[in-house]
Amino acid sequence: MAFLNRIRCVPSAAVAALAAVTLGAAAPAPSVIKIDNFTFNAAETAVPVGTTVTWVNNDDIPHTVVAVDKSFKSKVLDTDEKFSFTFTKAGTFDYFCSIHPHMTGKVIVK
Amino acid sequence: MSDAPNRRRVLECMGWAGTGLVWTMAGGVANSVTLDAAQAATKPKTKPFTFLQVSDSHIGFTKDPNPDARATFREAVAKIQAMPVKPDFIIHTGDITQLSKDQEFDDADQILKDAGLTVFHVPGEHDMLDEGNGKAYLDRYGKGSMGDGWYAFDHNGVHFIGLINVKQLKAGGMGHFGDDQLAWLKKDLAGRSASTPIVVFTHVPMWTVYEQWGWGTDDAAQALAMLARFGSVTVLNGHIHQVLTKTEGHVAFHTARSTAFPQPAPGSAPSPGPMKVPAGALRDTLGVRTVTYAPGTGTLAVVDAKLA
Repeated sequence: MAFLNRIRCVPSAAVAALAAVTLGAAAPAPSVIKIDNFTFNAAETAVPVGTTVTWVNNDDIPHTVVAVDKSFKSKVLDTDEKFSFTFTKAGTFDYFCSIHPHMTGKVIVK
Repeated sequence: MSDAPNRRRVLECMGWAGTGLVWTMAGGVANSVTLDAAQAATKPKTKPFTFLQVSDSHIGFTKDPNPDARATFREAVAKIQAMPVKPDFIIHTGDITQLSKDQEFDDADQILKDAGLTVFHVPGEHDMLDEGNGKAYLDRYGKGSMGDGWYAFDHNGVHFIGLINVKQLKAGGMGHFGDDQLAWLKKDLAGRSASTPIVVFTHVPMWTVYEQWGWGTDDAAQALAMLARFGSVTVLNGHIHQVLTKTEGHVAFHTARSTAFPQPAPGSAPSPGPMKVPAGALRDTLGVRTVTYAPGTGTLAVVDAKLA
C-alpha cells in the first residue's frame, strides 16, 4: 500500500509507464477531464478497464457529471470540486451535465 | 392618409349602422356581440392590474462580477417597496438559489418577504441540485401544485400558468417540459375562451434563443401549439440574465434580467458563464420587471427597470 500511495503523487504519464512496466494491468493511469467554459475538455476519452476518471469543475458555475445509463452520477460540483468514477467494465459510457444538458461527453472503456 | 375607411372605422360604423352588433377587443380577439348583450355586460370581466417579475436571484453566488448576490436581491426588493403603486403580486422565474442549499432558500424567502407581496415561484435548474433532485424546492414551494410543481391560477380575468422546464433534462437537449406536464397543460387550456389573456411563466426560454448554449425548450412547440388559438399570450422567463423580446403571432416572449449577474448575448462569448463587468456597471445589468395588464389592449405592457 505504501508503494501505491506513493505513486499517486507521480505525474500520470510516469504512472502509466510504471504501470506498464512493473504493475501490468493492475493499475491503469488515472484520467482527468476538466470542465471549462461549459464544456468537457475531452469530448471522448478512451481508457483501459479499471481506470479511475476524475472530472474537475473549473467553471464559476456548478455542473454535474451524470451517465446517460445512470451507471454513475456526481453530486453537484461547485468551482474546483471533483468527482471520480472507476470504470470496471468495458463499454461506451455517454454522460452529460444534468444542469446544462447541452454539455455531453463519452468515456470509451476497452 | 387615405380617405378609404380602414378596418377599425368600418367596424366602428358597423356598431352603429343597425347591424345590431358591437365589436370589441378582448384579450386580443375581436368579438361581436348583440347590442342587448353589450348593454347587459355593464362590468368588464377583467380589470387593470400590475404584477412584477424577478428572476435568477442566485442566492449564494459570491463570484465575479457579484461577490454578494444577497445584497443585490435586497436592493431589488427595496426597489419594489418604493414603488408608488403597489403591485398585486410577484412572480419569481427561478434560480432562486445558486446550489439549492436550505440556507440559500431561507435567505431568499426572508429577503423577498420584505416586499410584503404574494410570491409565485417556478424553479430554475439551480433549484434542483439537492440530493432529492428538486425535493427541497417542491417541499418549500410546491403546495397545491401538480407533478414536479406546475400549476395555474386566475387573477382578474387573466389566466396564469407556471411551467417547469428544468427537470427531466436529457443529454444533448435543452429545457424540457415532458409529456405529463404537456398533458396537464392541454387539460388546463381545454374549454377556456380564446379571449382569456394567458400569461405563461417558466425558467428557460420557450423560444430557441441559442441552441448551442441550451437556451431553449425541446418540446416548447407542443405547448405553443396549444396556446396558438388564444388572442393574447405573454411568456415570461429568466435563465439567460438579459432582456430579450420576441413576438410570434399572438405570443409575446420576454426574458428577464437577473438580480445577481449578467450573461453574455447569445454566442458572443466562449460560454454562457457570468459576464464579468466592472463593479460600477453591475447594477446596470440587473433589474426588476413590471407587467401591467389593461383590459382591451390585447397585450400586456412590460417595463424593465434597472437596479442602478
